[in-house]
Amino acid sequence: MTAQGKPPALEMRGVTKRYPGVLANDRVSIDVRRGEIHALLGENGAGKTTLMNILYGLVKPDEGEILLNGELAEIHSPHDAIDKGISMVHQHFMLVPVLTVAENILLGEEPMAGPIFLDRHAAHTRIRELGRFFGSEIDPDAKVSSLSVGWQQRVEILKALYRNADILVLDEPTAVLTPQETREIFGVLRKLTAEGYSIIFISHKLYEVLEIADRITVLRRGRVVGSRIPSETNEEDLAALMVGRDVELTVDRGGSHPGAPTLSVEKLVVKDDRGHEVVHGVSLEVRAGEILGIAGVAGNGQEELVEALTGLRRVAAGSMRLEGRDITHASPRHRTEAGMAYVPGDRQRFGLVLSFPVSDNLVLTTYYRRPFSSGLAREDDAIEAWAEKAVTEFDIRTPSTSVSAGTLSGGNQQKVVVAREFSRDLRALILDQPTRGLDVGSIEFIHRQAIAKRNQGTAILLVSAELDEVLELSDRIGVMYRGQLVALMDGRGANREEVGLLMATGGRAGAADTAPEPAA
Amino acid sequence: MTTPSAKASTLRRAWDRAWSVSAIPLGAVFLALVVGAIIMIGSSIFATGTFDPTLPITAYSALLQGSLFSERALVSTAVHAAPLVLGGLAVGIGFKAGLFNIGASGQFLCGALAGAYIGATLANAPGIEAVPVSLLAGGLAGAVWGFIPGALKAWRGAHEVVTTIMLNYIAATLIAYLIVGPLGAKGFSFARTGDTGNASLPILIGDEGHLGLLIALVAVPLAWWLLWRSTLGFEIRTVGANPSAARYAGMRPGLLIVFTMSVCGMLAGLAGAGEILGISHFMNASYGTSIGFDGITVALLGRAHPFGILAAALLFGIMRAGEGLMQISTGIPVEIIDVVQAVILLFLAADVLVRRLLRVRAARVAVDELQTVTRSYGEQAVR
Repeated sequence: MTAQGKPPALEMRGVTKRYPGVLANDRVSIDVRRGEIHALLGENGAGKTTLMNILYGLVKPDEGEILLNGELAEIHSPHDAIDKGISMVHQHFMLVPVLTVAENILLGEEPMAGPIFLDRHAAHTRIRELGRFFGSEIDPDAKVSSLSVGWQQRVEILKALYRNADILVLDEPTAVLTPQETREIFGVLRKLTAEGYSIIFISHKLYEVLEIADRITVLRRGRVVGSRIPSETNEEDLAALMVGRDVELTVDRGGSHPGAPTLSVEKLVVKDDRGHEVVHGVSLEVRAGEILGIAGVAGNGQEELVEALTGLRRVAAGSMRLEGRDITHASPRHRTEAGMAYVPGDRQRFGLVLSFPVSDNLVLTTYYRRPFSSGLAREDDAIEAWAEKAVTEFDIRTPSTSVSAGTLSGGNQQKVVVAREFSRDLRALILDQPTRGLDVGSIEFIHRQAIAKRNQGTAILLVSAELDEVLELSDRIGVMYRGQLVALMDGRGANREEVGLLMATGGRAGAADTAPEPAA
Repeated sequence: MTTPSAKASTLRRAWDRAWSVSAIPLGAVFLALVVGAIIMIGSSIFATGTFDPTLPITAYSALLQGSLFSERALVSTAVHAAPLVLGGLAVGIGFKAGLFNIGASGQFLCGALAGAYIGATLANAPGIEAVPVSLLAGGLAGAVWGFIPGALKAWRGAHEVVTTIMLNYIAATLIAYLIVGPLGAKGFSFARTGDTGNASLPILIGDEGHLGLLIALVAVPLAWWLLWRSTLGFEIRTVGANPSAARYAGMRPGLLIVFTMSVCGMLAGLAGAGEILGISHFMNASYGTSIGFDGITVALLGRAHPFGILAAALLFGIMRAGEGLMQISTGIPVEIIDVVQAVILLFLAADVLVRRLLRVRAARVAVDELQTVTRSYGEQAVR
């Protein structure tokens, strides 16, 4: 691989890291050339994060070495890594929302004009100059909280560039982006590599990796199981490498036999936190034993619709009924009692208490009932017994039920939520982005569980920004655009391009509406 | 499951956990004692012009002698520790719900006044009625003083740090007014309440080991049960750890905040009533207390865990009980104990310092109750 004379910008050789009971990295070797995008692909827990933490000086490897431009490098802390030109853009942004773009970028690296005062002018010039990668101007004085998620990510990248990084590690950069924003960020990455920057791109999304990477290395259970060039591989091949068996990318959903309407929503109007109406009179019906999928670009009112349905947000007008009973103003607890379950889109904010043990999280919505509570006291034995059962049944990979949920990988965290919500006697189930950020294996597992629930007669409302997911699972498909349900069609005949066009334009043909999302 | 090796590893894990939780507090206490020793030596050079490196050893052993080495000393330690246990719980339980109760001081004073006034009123009633009713009045008054900031937070969004500090001032001045005015006893040369007579707490051990010790001792396992074994405690801890998830799970954060603040107030109020009914038997208009603020240090040192709080309160009790003998035998003023306690708080807040200085590697668990303290304002701004 290094035959071209010039040594690679980065090489990791024989990196091994053992944790008690787990071999996180087993003699992993990868190299990244100058001006290359090297994708690191693997399931949750495959060892990608450990490898990158070693590169970034956060974790000390047991064996192995790191070479930069052919020379042995000692990296003992993130500080060392940054000094040597390695920078990490985390999946969860490390920005201070109340500060401006410039202030965020300067944090910790303030240019001084004399001993006391900041040299704002020099900083702004440099930020504007680096902004050339982004196509459009970036305003150094804009508050980060006023930027969209896509632009916040660009600020993170700017931060890295400002610190003179020439090797960028991007940890699942597209997990939080809309398809539009993803395309834009890919353009940015290409411009960066054209100027000689090297990029390590961590992702689960096969088609993205195929689109953007120059080379792909696949990790499984801590080992490199294969290296591919996008032109010589395809999604099936990569998926098989990742999980070690042939994955059905399309779960067989079988036929549905919908019954009576379980969840009916009538002219629902919902406002966002700032009091703006974002759901304009949506009416829909989810029947027993069917999956109604709602497609739509993030930020078109789906989030608020779901929060209204689950009782977390007040309804401004309209009504909803569950099996005929009015639940428009019912509390979340009443809805739980009536047989409604909810897998929230933001699992770390709503779905889990990360500092609590796995077992407590498995009873988060049922802790007050028998057998988990005898009224006043918790029944720890019953909770523990159920937790053990759920961990086995839902294949939650955890060293024990007593470790905190925050130590699990994203896929296993979501399995905890799914195990809890799916294991009740359900009438209606609301799935909001149920597989966002998950690996192929977990996605397949959760899709199978959803189909099984549907076949048991549960009415399922699926809201997802992943069009493929909606297309794969839904018996009927609705499209949300600017707070309205603009189309409702049969899931089987649905055509990808048609739905995509509805998502982008709301159905007004020719109106190529690419208005940017309102800032978060 | 119960093979020897599995058992050993369970034991080992339990030990690791205990160590990771307690290493920072123990380190902070150790370092604070070292700082105290340095100050003793340094100040003795200024005060007497002599350099005596053994002075701290003499001083600390006098401290221990005055607090542990006789029955009388032990009882004195317990008497000093009892209100700190309740005050520590009043702050610590709040931490678990994500609340920073700075108002334990005001809640203590309200409980003290209610105990003193009701006690004086029932001074001639049979003790079997007078004692519980007076204590109950103290607990109730404290609970009311805790309920107010809880309700303001739950229903009006007023931050408890601000409201409890304000209520501390209100309590102090209101009590002074009430004792000088309507609730004061006639016929004394200064403003005070009447003697508590039969309502005074019975002495259980030694000369001064009153019923309050038992109350504090019982409160610890009760608080532990509430937080870790009850369904309600699970709700309280969930609200503290992740209010959004609590709402999602169908809990009612507002109600839980009001309840928790009331319980915290009740504990502080009981501490106040216990001090009046158990020790002074009356309350004067300028009655002051440091229990509310020492309670914050005790709660942080005890990692907001009831048994940790008990241990921390006993440590502070030892210092308070022994400080007198230390001053008599070495001439070091008792104020050095305030310094040591303050330095403990400082090291807890700067736990990185403890880790570096003592090279504590195993201890990864930071004193996360401090997050409640530091989070308070920022969170409010975001809403």
